[in-house]
Amino acid sequence: MRLEPRAETSLALNLLAPVSALVVSLIICGLLVAIAGAAILPTFGLVVKGAFGSQFALLETLTRSTPLIFTGLAAAVAFRAKLWNIGAEAQLYMGAIVCVVLGTGLVPLPSVVLIPLILIAGALAGALTLLGPALLKTRFGVDEVVTTLLLNFIILLFVSLLLEGPLKDPMGMGWPQSSRVIADATLPKLIHGKRLHLGFVLAVLSAVTVWFINARTTFGYEMRAVGHNARAAAFAGIPVNAVMVKTALLSGGLAGLAGVSEVAGLKGNLTLDLSPGFGYTGIVVAMLALLNPLAVIATAIFVAAIFVGADAMSRSAGVPSYIANVMVAVSLLSMVVAVMFTRFKVSWK
Amino acid sequence: MDAFEIIFTTTLWVAAIRIASPLIFATLGELICERAGILNLGIEGIMVAGSFAGWVTVYAGGDLWLGVLVAALVGAIFGLLHGVLVVPLGLSQHVTGIGITLLASSLTYFVYRLLFPSLTSPPRITPFQPLPLPGLSQIPFLGEALFSQTALTYLAFIAVGVVAYILYRTPIGLAVRTVGENPAAVEAQGIDVTWIRIGAVMCGSALMAIGGAFLTMSAVDAFYINMVNGRGWICIALVVFGSWRPGKALLGAVLFAAFDAYQIRLQQKYGTAIPYQVFLMLPYILSILALVVMSRRAGYPRALMVPYRKGER
Repeated sequence: MRLEPRAETSLALNLLAPVSALVVSLIICGLLVAIAGAAILPTFGLVVKGAFGSQFALLETLTRSTPLIFTGLAAAVAFRAKLWNIGAEAQLYMGAIVCVVLGTGLVPLPSVVLIPLILIAGALAGALTLLGPALLKTRFGVDEVVTTLLLNFIILLFVSLLLEGPLKDPMGMGWPQSSRVIADATLPKLIHGKRLHLGFVLAVLSAVTVWFINARTTFGYEMRAVGHNARAAAFAGIPVNAVMVKTALLSGGLAGLAGVSEVAGLKGNLTLDLSPGFGYTGIVVAMLALLNPLAVIATAIFVAAIFVGADAMSRSAGVPSYIANVMVAVSLLSMVVAVMFTRFKVSWK
Repeated sequence: MDAFEIIFTTTLWVAAIRIASPLIFATLGELICERAGILNLGIEGIMVAGSFAGWVTVYAGGDLWLGVLVAALVGAIFGLLHGVLVVPLGLSQHVTGIGITLLASSLTYFVYRLLFPSLTSPPRITPFQPLPLPGLSQIPFLGEALFSQTALTYLAFIAVGVVAYILYRTPIGLAVRTVGENPAAVEAQGIDVTWIRIGAVMCGSALMAIGGAFLTMSAVDAFYINMVNGRGWICIALVVFGSWRPGKALLGAVLFAAFDAYQIRLQQKYGTAIPYQVFLMLPYILSILALVVMSRRAGYPRALMVPYRKGER
C-alpha cells in the first residue's frame, strides 16, 4: 500500500471528510452506549435534546462554546505556524488571575474603561505565558510541546497557591476561591436573566479578526509560510523566529481572553476548576475546523453541544458523562484520518 | 536533622527508587518509540489506561502478574493505533499523540465510572509487596534502598538492561536505531520500515502502560482519576535529558525521583514557611531546566517525526 498525493481535491470529497469522521465517531460511541446497557438511538436523542432541545439548552451550549472558541483560535493560530502550543490551559488561568487581580476592586473605574482594561491585561498575561516557551524554542531549540505541557501543571499549582494565599476570598468559608469581581468588571449578559454573556460576542469577533489577519495581512502570510516550510520561508527573507514569537503572543493572548471571559462573564470568581480542560479541548476544536478561524466558531459549538448534551443525558440515562470526552477524542482522530484521505489517494500495488 | 542531612537518609533513597520505577518504565517506552523516529505523545493517556487495566484485572480476581500483562497488552493496542496512524498514514505525530492521550484517558475514565458508578472510597487490591533479595538486602544502605523493593521495581531495572542489550547488541535493535536515523538505508537492506516502526511503538507503549500499572499495583493499591498527573510528560523530558540512551535515562529518572522525594521531605520540614505548592512545582520546573540545559547538545534521532514514504526522497 502506498499513498500518492492528489493533484486536486474535489468539493464532494472535502465535504465527505467531516461527515465520515462524524459517522465513525457516532458508531464507536454507539458501541460504548450499548456496552453501558442503554438504548443507542434514544441516548443520542437525549444528547441532542440536552444540547439544543430548548432555549435554555441552546443558550447553555453557546455559553459553553465561548471559552472553546478562544482556546480553539489559540490552537489554530499556533498550529498554522507549526508552533505546538499545548499550554492554552496555563495561559487561560493566567488571564483569569489578572482578571481577578484587577477586577475585584483594586482599580475602581467605570465599566467602559475597566472591562477593556481587564480584557487587554488578561490577553497580555496569556501572551507572556507563552512567550517563555516560544523564546526557549527560538533561542535554545527547546521543544515547546513539553515546556507548554509542563507549564500547565506549574500554573495550576500557582493558582492554588494564590487561592490559599494572597487572592483567598476572606468570605469564602475556607474554600480555595477568590473574591468575586465587582459589578463594573462583569461582562454584561446578552439576554437579561440568562447566562450567555458578552464573552460570546467577543469570541466571535476574535475569530473574524484572526481570519482577517490570516487571510489579508502580511503577518498572516508569514505565519502560513513558516508553518508550511520554515527553511523556504527563511530563504524568502521571512524572519522565522520573529514570526514564531509574534504567533506565540497572538495565540497566548487568545487563550488568556478565555480565562477573562470565563471569570468576568460567567463564574464571577477564580477557582481551581475554572477550566475542565478547555485548553486541551481547544486543540480538538482547532483540528476539527482544519485550523480555519471562522470554522472554529462552528466546531466549538459542536464540541460544546457534545459536553452539554452528554451532561444532560448522563443524568437521565445513566451513561457516564465521560462519553463526551471519548466522542471528542474519537472525532479528532477520525477527522485527521479523513482529511488525510482527501489529500492522498491509496494505491495498492 | 537539617536539610542537607536528609540527603543521606536511607528512607529518602528507598522512596526515590520507588518513585523512579514508573518513570523508568515509561521513559524506556518513549525512548524506544523515539529511537525508531516516532514521537509518542500518547504516553500520558497510555499510562492512565495501563494503571487502570492492571488494577482492574487484579480487582476482578486476576493474579498480579496477569495484571501487568493485561496492562502491557492494553498499552500495545494503543501503540498499534498510534503506529498505524503516524507510520503508514503519515499523520502529524503531535496531533495524533494528543488524540491518543485524550482517547486513552477518557475511555479509561468512562469504563471506571461504568464499573464503579458511585463510590465514596475507591476499592482496594493487595498490591505487590516488598521482596527483600536474600543476601543483597543485607548490604548496609544500598540493601535497603535498592534490594528491598517490590518485584515490579526490579523488573524496571532489568528492563533497562534488556532494552539496552536489544538496542545495541542485536540486529533488530540496529534496525530500530537505523529507522530513526536513516530509514532509506533500512529499506535498502530489504527490511520493512513500516513494521519496524509500528513494532517499536507497540513495545514502547506496552512499557509505558506497565509504568502506569506500577502506580496502582505497587506504589498504592487503588485507582484514582488524574493519578498519573503529568508523569508521562515528565518522561518525555527525561528522554531528552538521557540523550536517548537507556543507561542515562535510568540515571535521569533516579535523580529526578530523588529530587522529588527530597522536596516532599523539605515540604514537611519547611511547610509552614513556604507554601507547599512551591515544592510541588519544583519537579516540573526541574524538568524544564533539564530540557534547556540538554537541548543545546541534544543528539535527536535524525528521522524523528519525519514520516517515511517508500520511494520518496
